[in-house]
Amino acid sequence: MNKKTRSLIQYMTLTPYSIWAAVFIVVPLVFVAYYAFTDQNFHFTFDNISRFFTATSQIDDGESVKEVHTYLVIFMRSLKLAVISTVICLLMGYPLAYIMARAKERTQSILMTLIMIPMWMNFLIRTYAWMTILQDTGILNSILSALHLGRVHIIGTETAVVIGMVYDYFPYMVLPIYSVMAKLDVRLLEAASDLGCPSVSVLRRVIWPLSLPGVLSGVTMVLIPSISTFYISQKLGNGKFYLIGDAIEGQYTANNLHFAAAIAFILMVILLFCMQLIQKLTNRKIIVP
Amino acid sequence: MKKIVEIKNITKSFGSEVVLDNINLNIYDNEFITLLGPSGCGKTTLLRIIGGFETPDSGDVIFMGENINGLPPHKRNVNTVFQRYALFPHLNVFENVAFSLREKKVPKEEIKKRVTEMLTLVALKGFEKRAVTSLSGGQQQRVAIARALINQPKVLLLDEPLSALDLKLRKDMQVELKNIQKATGITFVFVTHDQEEALSMSDTVVVMTEGHIQQIGTPVDIYNEPQNAFVADFIGESNILDGMMLEDYKVRFSGHTFQCLDKGFDAREAVDVVVRPEDVDIVPEEKGHLRGVVTSVTFLGVHYEIIVDIGGFKWMIQTTDFHDVDEHIGLFIEPDAIHVMKKSKFSGMFGDYSSFSDEMEKIGEVDLEELEELEAESEPDNE
Repeated sequence: MNKKTRSLIQYMTLTPYSIWAAVFIVVPLVFVAYYAFTDQNFHFTFDNISRFFTATSQIDDGESVKEVHTYLVIFMRSLKLAVISTVICLLMGYPLAYIMARAKERTQSILMTLIMIPMWMNFLIRTYAWMTILQDTGILNSILSALHLGRVHIIGTETAVVIGMVYDYFPYMVLPIYSVMAKLDVRLLEAASDLGCPSVSVLRRVIWPLSLPGVLSGVTMVLIPSISTFYISQKLGNGKFYLIGDAIEGQYTANNLHFAAAIAFILMVILLFCMQLIQKLTNRKIIVP
Repeated sequence: MKKIVEIKNITKSFGSEVVLDNINLNIYDNEFITLLGPSGCGKTTLLRIIGGFETPDSGDVIFMGENINGLPPHKRNVNTVFQRYALFPHLNVFENVAFSLREKKVPKEEIKKRVTEMLTLVALKGFEKRAVTSLSGGQQQRVAIARALINQPKVLLLDEPLSALDLKLRKDMQVELKNIQKATGITFVFVTHDQEEALSMSDTVVVMTEGHIQQIGTPVDIYNEPQNAFVADFIGESNILDGMMLEDYKVRFSGHTFQCLDKGFDAREAVDVVVRPEDVDIVPEEKGHLRGVVTSVTFLGVHYEIIVDIGGFKWMIQTTDFHDVDEHIGLFIEPDAIHVMKKSKFSGMFGDYSSFSDEMEKIGEVDLEELEELEAESEPDNE
């Protein structure tokens, strides 16, 4: 095979992917940007962008009426809940990924299946299931009162929203960390303990730094969808916690496509910036202990 | 000499497979000791038991008079050079070597001093900031040795450390390792399946197979006085023949009675007789103790390796003189060229070169036309 035919084959195999990427990724992005920077009559404008940062509304907390930047407050609330969910996913997912990677092959595949099964069910159904569990008269409270442990009010609180997010996005945290951990050379751990490290040090000085790429992609895969989620907050938060995803959906259903696009665009820019920053911090090749 | 490690009645199985069967071994201070054997003989498992990575099913590991059976690796005064180095890919050369000192919270200045010393010892000064993944195999090997030695362990365990290097580099590293061992005075326990490596580097060689120690001795002892057919075959090349001890200093094999230097056997005891290929003299047919026909000749640079058929048994003989196939020659064997061994379970399994010479013949028979056809088929790639 000569160079020409090889490059032709390469070209032919790459083309479908290039078309796919162009039609379904690049073109929509261009449209989002285009809508974000134009008004109803498709004239260029910064109004949509500046509205995100300047729009205000009044909040009545019972004692006084405060004036706040509407969308910035919504964004910070989304960010807070997403970060909390991501941290919980990481705290639960990291040890699980480690245990899985070190377990017997059979145990590994059983655990993997258990983590995957919820992902086979529809996302909406999973959220509805949590509604049934967490409601004031739901399954959780029935069990608690049957055990004479009193009742808890969770539905409609931030806790409920966080529970929903953690449940939905947990597999996306575990799987990338697991795949990095499974590839970790056992002899590196033996070498560390040979060189005088008790298990805690082995974890801190060898396993953790070598699993950072997995942690990074896990964090990305949980943080980004949870920051822009809207359905979970509507159902489990009883619509009381208006998140950035809800804002986009609201503007969209109100047929205000240009402002919806502007919010989406700003969110995207902020997320890209954050991810670049995290990557810079963890990608340093040499991590001095 | 001071005993530093004592292995007492160690037995270890993986599932139903017994890997080590009642092993006893003493390792002395300042010694270069090699565990030698084919793969699966249990040598690496024994090393890992000393390092603390495996626990024996029964038996004791005594380290400087203290039983260390339950002691985890990080509390043992023993360090390991792993088979494929196991360097930390996220740390540079300096940090890899400094790894154990950082754990002990040694002051920064001292770390710098000791790491520099170590890198000088292994001839890697100036490589401090390099990523370990950018080093060659030989350089990675040196980093692994420096990392293991910086802690000044009593014993350094080396698990086939040279097996991934090419021949030339391996020879250099053999010399270097031996020098490092002499310079530091640390006991080296070296695992290998390469008998040449074992002979050239060790003070003591431990030959193992099937979970048992076959022989412990100096390289010279092991080569000249193998205890059974396995050792004789595994170390160097050997012709191993069925023989009978007639009386002290007199052994009969291949239809001839020879003078020898061995004694202490029963009269008419069946024995294994070892004759090394380089110890046989080729003489004109009528002057030899034995007569035979050359069946194959291989040129190996320093000498020829020839296979001689003597009454159906194929001998290997190394000679610097050329003898052609089908030539009739005589073999002359001096008394000190003969080594007599007791019969063992390995008798009859090794030391006959008939299969070897068949292979040689087959290789010799490769059809030239066939080769040309093969070459013609794989047309050169015009890129």
